[in-house]
Amino acid sequence: MKKVYIIDYGMSNLLSIYRAIEKVSGVPILIDKPNNIAHWDYLVLPGVGAFPDGMSELKKRGFDEAIIEHSKTGKPFLGICLGMQLMLSCSEELEPTKGINLIEGEVKAIPKVGLHGKKIKVPHMSWNTITMNNEFSSYPHFQIEHKPYVYFVHSYCAQTEIKHTTYSYTSIDGFSFSSIINKDNLWGMQFHPEKSGAEGLQLLSSFLEL
Amino acid sequence: MTAKRIIARLDVKGNRLIKGIHLEGWRFLGDPCDFSFKYYKEGIDEIIYIDAVASLYNRESIKEIIKKTTENVFVPITVGGGIRTLEDATEILRSGADKVAVNTGAFKNPELIKKISNRFGKQCMVISIQAKFKNGEWVVAYDCAREYSDIGVIEWAIQAAELGAGEILLTSVDKEGTQKGFDIDLIDAVCSVVDIPVIACGGFGKKDDFVSAVNCGADAIAIAHSLHYDKITIPEIRSFALSKNVQVRPS
Repeated sequence: MKKVYIIDYGMSNLLSIYRAIEKVSGVPILIDKPNNIAHWDYLVLPGVGAFPDGMSELKKRGFDEAIIEHSKTGKPFLGICLGMQLMLSCSEELEPTKGINLIEGEVKAIPKVGLHGKKIKVPHMSWNTITMNNEFSSYPHFQIEHKPYVYFVHSYCAQTEIKHTTYSYTSIDGFSFSSIINKDNLWGMQFHPEKSGAEGLQLLSSFLEL
Repeated sequence: MTAKRIIARLDVKGNRLIKGIHLEGWRFLGDPCDFSFKYYKEGIDEIIYIDAVASLYNRESIKEIIKKTTENVFVPITVGGGIRTLEDATEILRSGADKVAVNTGAFKNPELIKKISNRFGKQCMVISIQAKFKNGEWVVAYDCAREYSDIGVIEWAIQAAELGAGEILLTSVDKEGTQKGFDIDLIDAVCSVVDIPVIACGGFGKKDDFVSAVNCGADAIAIAHSLHYDKITIPEIRSFALSKNVQVRPS
């Protein structure tokens, strides 16, 4: 029985991730207080909304410190969308704000213009492909060689300068960003696996095999 | 590479799927959850539920539909119909919807767009614009297209985007339910003035219509009649689009 602890910090549509975890045979448990961190076998940080609000709501509940504690246990952690962005060092959304800093990197606005001056519509609200970073090809945990389509909905993103921590990248009209990030037991997905149909459910299932 | 989206639009009354022409003259078609699950299995990119009676009754029926849908459908769900306040939007989002579509509520009180967008993020806030061609221009229709204003659709689309709408659901009242094709000029006119994604709705009848809409700048199309009455399948629309170099999610 794989218990998946999902952080409820008032910043997301929890029902979708809850149902998706159930669908892939996990046991979802919502937590709104950081008690019993040692029990959290699988920890998920979902999130929809703005970065400053997200950090403030996490701090209010003591989850920022709890997540750092958990990251030292070696147990799997997954940040989704805003949840992934909060794992990084800082974000420029609305006002410069520091993140939890589990993985080094910055969150920046998706530019309004791509390659060859083509207009990029923001929010990036679309099905788009994820392409694996070759650095990880010798030990791929998530099987994404076929470049699956997954569902993105965001206006800010992590940049691909973080070479050793970008598991997959995605591009919009020539502009690239990190779609899956990884460092040891810590994973982040910019897209919503719980909204990406069968491909997304497969990724969640693979997360539960960690 | 980004894909253009194919969305199923389901109008519901109580706990039943309905379909009409020109947004009047309803017929009952069955359980909306059965339809959305079928479309999900066939590879639909998103589902939009429009609650046709939300302003008359409470929201319990649509909330039940959302909850049941999320048990088996793992693609984005947008819900609209009678959303007049931030509390209405909150209720819908907490029930499991990913985005809210607001029409009359925003048209009568544009600040609502800002409130929803600030609280939940732009990506949750879909401005639903119903366009009626009248006296040489498109004007905004509201209250389920029972009322027409003298405000131009182009002007309203620009204003809504500035206020924080993340996406536009653009429905042609004239073409809706006719299956005679989208209002291409309308789509082109709106897409050329906004930088946010536009979903073309109203009039889909054949697979070419998707390609035409995309060529005018639409990021997605919403289909009701042709899907609910089994006139076409989602895989057919997809393969035709791919044959015309329109990038879509493969089946």
